[in-house]
Amino acid sequence: MSDNKDIHWLCRPATIKKLWVIGIAILVITVALEFTIHPHAYFGVDGWFGFNAWFGFLSCAAMVLFAKFLGIFLKREDTYYDDK
Amino acid sequence: MMINSAIPPGLILIVGAMFLPSLVGNARKTAMLLIPVLTMYMIWAVPDGVQLTVPFLDYTLEPLEGDKLSRLFATIFTLMAFVGGIFALNQKSQIELISAYAYAGGAVGVAMAGDLVTVFIFWEFMAVASTLVIWSARTKESYGASMRYAIVHLFGGVILMIGVIGQVYHSGSVEFTAMRADSWWTWMLLAGFLINAGAPPFSSWLPDAYPSASWSGSVFLSAFTTKTAVYVLIRSFPGEQVLIYVGLYMVFYGIIYALLENDMRRILAYSIINQVGFMVTGIGIGTELALNGASAHAFAHIIYKALLLMSAGAVMYEINKRKCTDLGGLYKAMPLTMVCGTIGALAISGFPLTSGFTTKTMIASAAAVEHIDYAWFLLEAASAGVFLHAGIKFPWFVFFQRAPGYVEREFGAKPKDPPFNMKLAMVIFAALCIGLGLYPEPLYALLPYSVDFEPYKPAKVVHMLELLLFSGFAFFVLLKMMKRTLTITLDFDWFYRKFFNLLHEEFVIKHGGAAFNAFKSACVHRVNHLIKYVFKHHGPQGVLARTWPTGSMVLWVAILLGLYLIVYYI
Repeated sequence: MSDNKDIHWLCRPATIKKLWVIGIAILVITVALEFTIHPHAYFGVDGWFGFNAWFGFLSCAAMVLFAKFLGIFLKREDTYYDDK
Repeated sequence: MMINSAIPPGLILIVGAMFLPSLVGNARKTAMLLIPVLTMYMIWAVPDGVQLTVPFLDYTLEPLEGDKLSRLFATIFTLMAFVGGIFALNQKSQIELISAYAYAGGAVGVAMAGDLVTVFIFWEFMAVASTLVIWSARTKESYGASMRYAIVHLFGGVILMIGVIGQVYHSGSVEFTAMRADSWWTWMLLAGFLINAGAPPFSSWLPDAYPSASWSGSVFLSAFTTKTAVYVLIRSFPGEQVLIYVGLYMVFYGIIYALLENDMRRILAYSIINQVGFMVTGIGIGTELALNGASAHAFAHIIYKALLLMSAGAVMYEINKRKCTDLGGLYKAMPLTMVCGTIGALAISGFPLTSGFTTKTMIASAAAVEHIDYAWFLLEAASAGVFLHAGIKFPWFVFFQRAPGYVEREFGAKPKDPPFNMKLAMVIFAALCIGLGLYPEPLYALLPYSVDFEPYKPAKVVHMLELLLFSGFAFFVLLKMMKRTLTITLDFDWFYRKFFNLLHEEFVIKHGGAAFNAFKSACVHRVNHLIKYVFKHHGPQGVLARTWPTGSMVLWVAILLGLYLIVYYI
C-alpha cells in the first residue's frame, strides 16, 4: 500500500472498488424497499416489481446508444466553424 | 388618460440599470443590490387586476396587471437579478451588468403586462439587452454568437408581431389572454413564443449563444428568455395539445445533444432546453395540476440552473477552461464550488429532498392522472435521462473524472474557490434548492391554482430513487461510451452557419476575372457619368440651382393664366 500514499484516497483502486460495492448495495436496498410500499399503478406496467429500476436503466442505456449512433453522423472537430 | 401612482416594477430595474454606470466602487455595488430589492417591493405592492391603463391608437394598453401567476414569475426574475447581481459584483464589464439588469427588467415587464402590445415591447427589449449581455464577453466567438442570436430573435419577433397584429385585428382587443391555436395569427403567436422557449427547429440558438457569454453573463442568460416564454405560454396557450409533442421533443433533444457535448456550459445549455421541455409538456397537458407544475418547475429551475452555471462560471473565472477534456479533479481545489454544483445537479435531476423533486414531479403526476400514457412514460425516461446528462455528467467530468492536480499540471493554473461574493451567491441558491425540497409549501402558496399535491409519499420517493440511482448505475456501467472527445455536434444552426455560406460561394460572381473587371469598370464609369450630369444641372453653378427674380415668376404665372384662358375658350 506504500506506493498508494501519494494518490488521493478517493482515487486509490481499493477505494474505487469499495465505492462500487457500496453503490450496488444501495441499489439492492432501494429495490428491496418496494416490499414496504403500496404503489398506485396508473398504467398497469408501472405497478410491476422494480419497474422504475429497470425502466430507468434501460431508457438511459437506450439514450446513450442513440446518442452514440447520432454522433456517427453529426460529430465534427470542435474547430469546425472556426475557419470562417 | 388614467395613470395611477402605479409604476410597472420592470421599469425600476431598467431605469436603475441606466444609472449604474454613473456610480463607482461600493456605491455601484450597493445600487446593484438595492435595485432588485426595490423592484421586489413594488411587485408585491401590486394588487390583483389592472393597475395602469394607457390609451394607444384606438386601444387601451394595460402595462401593469397583477395576479398570482404574474407575481410568481416577476418574483423569481427579480430574485435571480438580485443573486445574479451578487455573483457578478466583480464583473468588470459595465455593459454586461447594465444589460443584464435591463434584461431582467424586460422579463419582469412581460410578466406584469396585461396586453399584447406591452408584452411585445418588453419582449423585444429583452432580445436587445440579452444580445448585449452575450456581446459584452468581447471575444470573437461571443461577437459571432451574439449576432446569430440577435438574428434568430429578431426573426422570432417579426413572427410574433404578425401574430399580435392578426390577433388585435380579428379580436378587436389587445388583451393578453388565453387563446386557442385555431387560426393563422394565433399559430404565429404560438410560434413566436416557442422560438424563445428554445423549441425546434430553432433550438440551436440557445446552446450556440449562452455558452459564449462571460462567466457571469451565462448565469443571467439562463434565467429570463426561456422562462418568460414559459410564462406567456401558460398565460395564452394552456392545454394546447401540440405543446405536449413539442415539449417531449425538446426534453429528448436536450438529453441526446448534452450526452454528445464536450463543453461544460453547453451541456448545461442543452439541459435548459430539456427542462423547458418538461414545462412546455405540462402546459400542453393544461390541467390545474400541470400548470401549477410548469410554474413551480420554472421557479425551481431558474434557481438550480443559475446555481449550476454559477459553479461552471466559478471554474471559468478561476482557470478559464470550458471543455470537459480539459477539466477534472477539481473537487480538491474548489470544494465549495463542487458541493454547490453537485447540489444544483441533484436538484435538476429531481432527487428527493431537493426543489426538483417537489416541483417537476407535479408535471409527471398530471400526465398520470390524465392517463396520457405516452407522455408519462417518456417523462419518466426523461427524468432518468436528466440525471444522466446533467445530474452526473456535469459534476463528474468537471470536478471528478481525473485525480486532483490535473489542471494545475496541464495548464499551470492554481484554481481555488472563487471570491466571497461568488461563493455567497452559490450558497444562497444551494440553500434554496434544498429549502424548497424540504419545505415546498411557501412556493406552493404562490402557485396560480390551489395545490393539493403531496410529493413525499413513500411510493413516490422509492420510485424516484430507483429511477435515478439506476440511471446513475447506467452512467458508470457505460462510462467508456461517454468518454469525452474534442468534438461538437451539428445542429440546425449548421444551415445558417455553413450551408448558406457554401450556397453563396457557389453562385457569387468570382472576383478577379477579366470579364468581371471589365464589367465592374463599365459600371463605375456609368455611375460617375451620371453623377457629373446631375451635378452640372443641380450643383451650385447649375442652371436649376440659380436664384430667380420674383418678377420672372410673376411673368410666368401671367403667361400660364393667359394660356389657361385661351384653352378655356377654345
